[in-house]
Amino acid sequence: MSVTTLSSHVLAQRQPNWLVRLFDYKPFLIVMCLAPAIGLLTVFLTYPLGLGIWLAFTDTTIGRRGIYVGLENFQYLLTDSLWWNAVFYSVLYTAVATFGKFALGFWLALLLNNHFPFKSLLRAIILLPWIVPTVLSALAFWWIYDPQFSIISYLLVDVLHWRDSNIDFLGSPWPARFSLIAANIWRGIPFVAISLLAGLQTISPSLYEAAMLDGASAWQRFRYITFPMMMPILAIVMTFSIIFTFTDFQLVYAITRGGPGNSTHLLATLAFQRGIAGGELGEGAAIAVSMIPFLVFATLFSYFGLARRKWQQGEAND
Amino acid sequence: MTDTAAQAAVADAKAAPDTMAWDSGLRRLMMIYLPLGCFVLILLFPFYWMAITSFKPNAELMNYKEHNPFWISSPTLAHIKHLLFNTAYPHWLWTTMLVAIGSTTLSLIASTLAAYAIERLRFRGSPYVGLGIYLAYLVPPSILFIPLATVVVQFGLFDSPLALILVYPTFLVPFCTWLLIGYFKSIPYELEECALVDGATRLQILRRITLPLAVPGLISAGIFSFTLSWNEFIYALAFIQSGANKTVPVAILTELVTGDVYQWGALMAGSLLGSLPVAIFYSLFVDYYVSSLTGAVKE
Repeated sequence: MSVTTLSSHVLAQRQPNWLVRLFDYKPFLIVMCLAPAIGLLTVFLTYPLGLGIWLAFTDTTIGRRGIYVGLENFQYLLTDSLWWNAVFYSVLYTAVATFGKFALGFWLALLLNNHFPFKSLLRAIILLPWIVPTVLSALAFWWIYDPQFSIISYLLVDVLHWRDSNIDFLGSPWPARFSLIAANIWRGIPFVAISLLAGLQTISPSLYEAAMLDGASAWQRFRYITFPMMMPILAIVMTFSIIFTFTDFQLVYAITRGGPGNSTHLLATLAFQRGIAGGELGEGAAIAVSMIPFLVFATLFSYFGLARRKWQQGEAND
Repeated sequence: MTDTAAQAAVADAKAAPDTMAWDSGLRRLMMIYLPLGCFVLILLFPFYWMAITSFKPNAELMNYKEHNPFWISSPTLAHIKHLLFNTAYPHWLWTTMLVAIGSTTLSLIASTLAAYAIERLRFRGSPYVGLGIYLAYLVPPSILFIPLATVVVQFGLFDSPLALILVYPTFLVPFCTWLLIGYFKSIPYELEECALVDGATRLQILRRITLPLAVPGLISAGIFSFTLSWNEFIYALAFIQSGANKTVPVAILTELVTGDVYQWGALMAGSLLGSLPVAIFYSLFVDYYVSSLTGAVKE
């Protein structure tokens, strides 16, 4: 009895219909599984990337097909003081904001690595600035930076009496530049802190115990254990941070829109202003393409960070 | 020799807290709790300010001399009422929700299949496909939005939320695929081999064995994609023109900011309401967020 049911079961299994057989054929299945992801990425990522580079060499505007003009767009950009301004501010913004995010984020990660009550609750609270839509927190910063009703000015002038007049955060170039950098650091700290905390937690306590037995001071333990062990993860997180800070758009667009007097334009906001708002698609694309060399540099940085990590793991694990 | 040294160290460590208890307590306070307190204060203050502004009447908003700006004397719902009944805010919320859910579903399906193929159906070149998808994550939207705008116009999708649903996967799929590859790696391969020996087809294995075991990974990828698409700004700004089809972040900035006198109460109320869905989502799934954030970095 049991033998017959088994054999009929096997028989049913042996002769599935052609569709099931087709889907069990490995090469076909691989193609089917990869098709949606590769298809989406090709149509909406690879193709536009190529198209963008092509557009940068044409004089396309909205509603008119452009013709090939060679390097004209780039030659124009090299003589355009606004573009040089945007390059300067993009580099400054990335350098200062990345330094600030990593210094403060690393500090916060080290603090969170201690034992204290409500640790997971605190960790959850700290990630909030990163979860909330950037534009919406940028609006809150815009209100905090208000020339008349800024709460920071109120604190400094009316409560602490450190200053006589309100701070003009966004009205003149240099204060505006640093106000934006401060907002970017505020938003970036949680991501850096939580990723580095994950890295800190993978460092084996026995290393610290061994170092303490050898009489290492707290600074030496940080310098010779924590820092080298964190190098690989620092390199990766920093690459991501540099790429997304350099190409930042939302924060600047929401708070200053490149003003006052075009002093806070990043390359991305300048590209938007020329390409979409101004309709000069070719020129906007050229500005966007001019970001690529910087990004390639950052990606190579990531690659060497990863290579170094493999080498370190090979030493530590075996 | 080493034993005695170790014992001495242990004795030292035991003696230390007794003699220096007060000192180390104060030290801990100064070195850990005080900086932590400052960090939390600064990181949370903008949200407090946002929340308190959205319930303040206009008179208090513009008068710091008579009203303490850090507190509300007579809270009002006027700003929220204005937002819900005099603007298209409910419609913007609905559009944003639709776009976020649509693009999340699409990218979850695409990236689950891709991650399964790369990690489990191993074929020649699968590591390179994985690397290619990883590189796609490094291409920022700021470079793509101008050519993508022309692509969207070519497809006749300009000014339609469908354009956003189709475009958001460009940054969601790479992220989800990498997250899920990591999860699939942690599932023992033997389970699948057993099923193969028992005569299950590959699709049955994916549906009955791999997917149920990868549920935490799927949840992480899902909530992360939802948050990222809720927060997306530049594509929504470039591809959507008409007021009714805008997503919340774009609409607040372009529709509510009018003229020279800013309606700070309404602006902050809009920001607060727009942040709430992700904040609630976040509070329900905190651990998944943390694990996916750290998992994606470690991969």
